Amino acid sequence: MKTITFDTVKDAVCRMCGQAACDLPPDVLAALKSAAGREKNVLAQGFFEQYLQNSDIAARERLPLCQDTGFAVFFVSMGSEVMIDGGTLREAINAGVRDGYKKYYLRKSIVADPLFDRKNTFDNTPAVIHLEQVPGDQLHIVLAPKGGGSENMSALKMLKPSEGRNGVVDFVVNSVISAGGNPCPPTIVGVGIGGTMEYAAFMAKKALLREVGKASSDPRYAELEAEILQKINASGVGSQGLGGDITALAVHIEFHPCHLASLPVAVNLNCHAARHAEVIL
Amino acid sequence: MKKVMQTPFTEEAVRSLHAGDQLILSGTVYTGRDAAHKRLCAMLAAGETLPVDLAGQAIYFVGPCPAPPGRPIGSAGPTTSGRMDAYSPVLIKECGLRAMIGKGGRSQAVIEAMKEYGCVYLAATGGAGALIANSIVKAEVVAFDDLGPEAIYKLELDNLPLVVAIDADGNSLL
Repeated sequence: MKTITFDTVKDAVCRMCGQAACDLPPDVLAALKSAAGREKNVLAQGFFEQYLQNSDIAARERLPLCQDTGFAVFFVSMGSEVMIDGGTLREAINAGVRDGYKKYYLRKSIVADPLFDRKNTFDNTPAVIHLEQVPGDQLHIVLAPKGGGSENMSALKMLKPSEGRNGVVDFVVNSVISAGGNPCPPTIVGVGIGGTMEYAAFMAKKALLREVGKASSDPRYAELEAEILQKINASGVGSQGLGGDITALAVHIEFHPCHLASLPVAVNLNCHAARHAEVIL
Repeated sequence: MKKVMQTPFTEEAVRSLHAGDQLILSGTVYTGRDAAHKRLCAMLAAGETLPVDLAGQAIYFVGPCPAPPGRPIGSAGPTTSGRMDAYSPVLIKECGLRAMIGKGGRSQAVIEAMKEYGCVYLAATGGAGALIANSIVKAEVVAFDDLGPEAIYKLELDNLPLVVAIDADGNSLL
């Protein structure tokens, strides 16, 4: 067994909170630069300039890229030979979020009760943690802070299997178009196809972690990604929903076996400030 | 061409703006999100005096990050304006609000109130909170401190880049 202390996890998570908030990942920056070169709309060209300036300022001045520093969502792969000493993994991650959101002056955006009091917890906890056990002695932690504006534009539908490929294309494209400027386009479109209702949603979120624009390893799904992206960008919704050629930077599809009666499809959008950070302990 | 403007606004100034115009805005604006809007409208309904005078003013839909040491404010980009649709017509009609700054679409009821009373909807660049923070030179909480990031702040803007998304004739880029 390999022992990792509670504080090691907590401190790593704390650092990741600051890093994710201020440093736009290189693949997102590259995708923005490439899209800026393809944009013909004058207003939208101005927005792309601002996105790139924003990324420079955030990294240099250690200011969050976006004031909505998000719900702290974690994807954790824990080796079966790893043991946490001094507390549970969940406690250590939440302690790291508490420290990080304070230390790096990030916005605390979590309310304790969703319906009645809606009182801020003032430390951005609790985090959402997706935990998976894997072979080996490594603890791999990915943090993907998720803003409310893009998350609110999520969509899920249980299609009839007969609706097939066209049904999927229409549902995803219409979801992105009807979201308009709300999710801060250009977005990255995460799609989960198959599984169950909640697993499709999980896949849609996980799809956002893929390197921006990297096609699905399955050629049929890669072709589907390209077709959906083309249709979304032909819509003219554009940057900030104010018109333009680039509404989405990429479409990423994850898929999974599903029930013979079902065809679940979930859509989760990420804004152009597509933040994430990771660490291997 | 970019128009340089200063708050507060007259009705004439607001009605001279057209959807698609690029603005560079300076002067005082107030922040407000759903929770603050809900309270303002409840106070109006109860006949109470509001903690801020919105006549001729602009509300910026934003919940900023805490200010790091030595800065007036943290990252401060716009939030989704649609969540304020239920409240904006009341503030336009009863308080003389002249401009709203946010991101995303607005309801028909908001647009009708904008046309009738003379108000514009300006788009700030969503997801560019660090850039926008550099156009804010002063920030102080003036009401509802208990709401944390949702409190009402008085901001002093210095050359904030904006786009007229919906003008006072109801023309819209959205």
